[in-house]
Amino acid sequence: MKNIEQINDKISSGKAVVLTAEEVIDYVDKKGLDQAAREVDVVTTATFGPMCSSGCFLNFGHSKPKMRMTEAWLDDVSTYAGVAAVDLFLGATQLQANDPANRDYPGDFRFGGGHVMEKLVAGEEVQLFALSYGTDEYPLKELRTTFTINDLNQCIMVNPRNCYQNYNVAVNTSDRPIHTYLGYLKPQMKNCGYSSAGQLSPLLNDPFYRTIGVGTRVWLAGAQGHVYSEGTQHSPTCERGHLGVPSEGAGTLALTGDMKKMLPEFVRGVSLKGYGVSLSVGVGIPIPILDEQMLLQTTVRDRDIMAQVIDYSTDYPERTGRVLGSVSYEELKSGSIMLDGKKIEAGGLSSYSKARKIAGILQEEIRSGQFLLTRPIAPLPLEQSMKPLKEASS
Amino acid sequence: MSTEPITRKLMLYFPECETEKPIVYHLVKDYDLIINIFRARVTPEEEGYLVLDVTGTEEHILQGTEFIRSLGIRIDAVNKGLAWDENKCAQCGSCVPHCPTNALSIPDRNTMEIVFNTEECIECLSCIKVCPFAAVSSLF
Ligand code: SF4
Ligand code: SF4
Repeated sequence: MKNIEQINDKISSGKAVVLTAEEVIDYVDKKGLDQAAREVDVVTTATFGPMCSSGCFLNFGHSKPKMRMTEAWLDDVSTYAGVAAVDLFLGATQLQANDPANRDYPGDFRFGGGHVMEKLVAGEEVQLFALSYGTDEYPLKELRTTFTINDLNQCIMVNPRNCYQNYNVAVNTSDRPIHTYLGYLKPQMKNCGYSSAGQLSPLLNDPFYRTIGVGTRVWLAGAQGHVYSEGTQHSPTCERGHLGVPSEGAGTLALTGDMKKMLPEFVRGVSLKGYGVSLSVGVGIPIPILDEQMLLQTTVRDRDIMAQVIDYSTDYPERTGRVLGSVSYEELKSGSIMLDGKKIEAGGLSSYSKARKIAGILQEEIRSGQFLLTRPIAPLPLEQSMKPLKEASS
Repeated sequence: MSTEPITRKLMLYFPECETEKPIVYHLVKDYDLIINIFRARVTPEEEGYLVLDVTGTEEHILQGTEFIRSLGIRIDAVNKGLAWDENKCAQCGSCVPHCPTNALSIPDRNTMEIVFNTEECIECLSCIKVCPFAAVSSLF
């Protein structure tokens, strides 16, 4: 019915009809699928939540005399220097040196790689400390200096795994409180933690990856980035419900973007007590409405998106595969869920209100012609599942 | 002035020397106030803090607070012991199930925006432990 080029022409001439994944639900209810599909050009989706699998590559340029960095720390957070002379990789979950971690359980994990990334995007000064064994052409052996993101040649974010299509809801059936990456879980299932933007989430609005693929331009914390590959743990072969929407982890995207162009509000270091540090990043992805079927997919709503409740005190760590039940995002967002007749308070980790904000910003950028859509250069795999670790028996 | 009892939340700041006086005793005995202490850090020869609710008639509360002031203790009715930084808050909602009083809440489940109502806060500090973004902090 429509193709990307036609949609881009409308965007460029400022005539594109762009709705958020929330707005489109009522719009289709009112106008009917057929008429709405003719009118709507783009639906914007978004998410903002902790995504551990994140990091960035930094290029510093050369000191005088030159140095081939072999070990380096940014604000005392260890980086990976085995890339090139003055290229470093900083991982979001790396702890600051001397952090007691969980030796004093539960640890606070106040500062790590994700927080350095937040500081960089905020334009704050960061300390570099680097060591080297020295070579004939790179004689410098030690360097301590401060810099901001503007002093770098490149600072490129990479998220090997982002935009998890759906995710677990975590509970704790044990008698003691536990600390997880889905938050603090009180004993005997008093509360649960979840992390998804539900009806706004990108891959829940394009569950079979028809429009989102390798090469798709995305809004990454304000920068125009793109999908560079399927994400790690991409496992689309899964249980699917209404409109083919997965009710478990499923697909993921690998994203990259220029951190110099990002907005500090959407790149935030995360401290999870008893667990560790991470990074929350805001992502927005536009979905071109190619035909009625594509529009129908974007009308998915929270009450139709289900997630599995998993016990993080035993079944998750032991990998038993047991699922306690399933709940909808409408229930989760209401603040409590019912499981086996028991009321469980629900708290999110991903921010629905920030996701709304991002979907709105991307909508404006497309309406005003600043953000054009792309056709993927390769599709994401549609059939594949996640393998557990193979442990060799000795 | 009304004789209906009202409740005010107060934060008292003690400069080093004034911590010896039995303030709460006087508030109860001399001014007929009901006191509910949320949190205190009062160590001899150091500055101290006390966060409490006082319930009584408006007149008694006024007289009581005058008495406290006369001891050189500062009363802060605006700055409470717990601060929520709206800009640092990522609006995730993790704290909400852990807040016993709904001081941190999501009044509108469509927008899912977090609202902090300092009047409701009893300074239990639960939110500080669970906030991943260090958006809530304690003054002491
Ligand atoms: S200190 Fe306790 S009462 Fe106050 S906002 Fe935090 S959790 Fe709620
Ligand atoms: S946990 Fe922290 S960041 Fe999340 S809503 Fe509460 S105050 Fe805001």
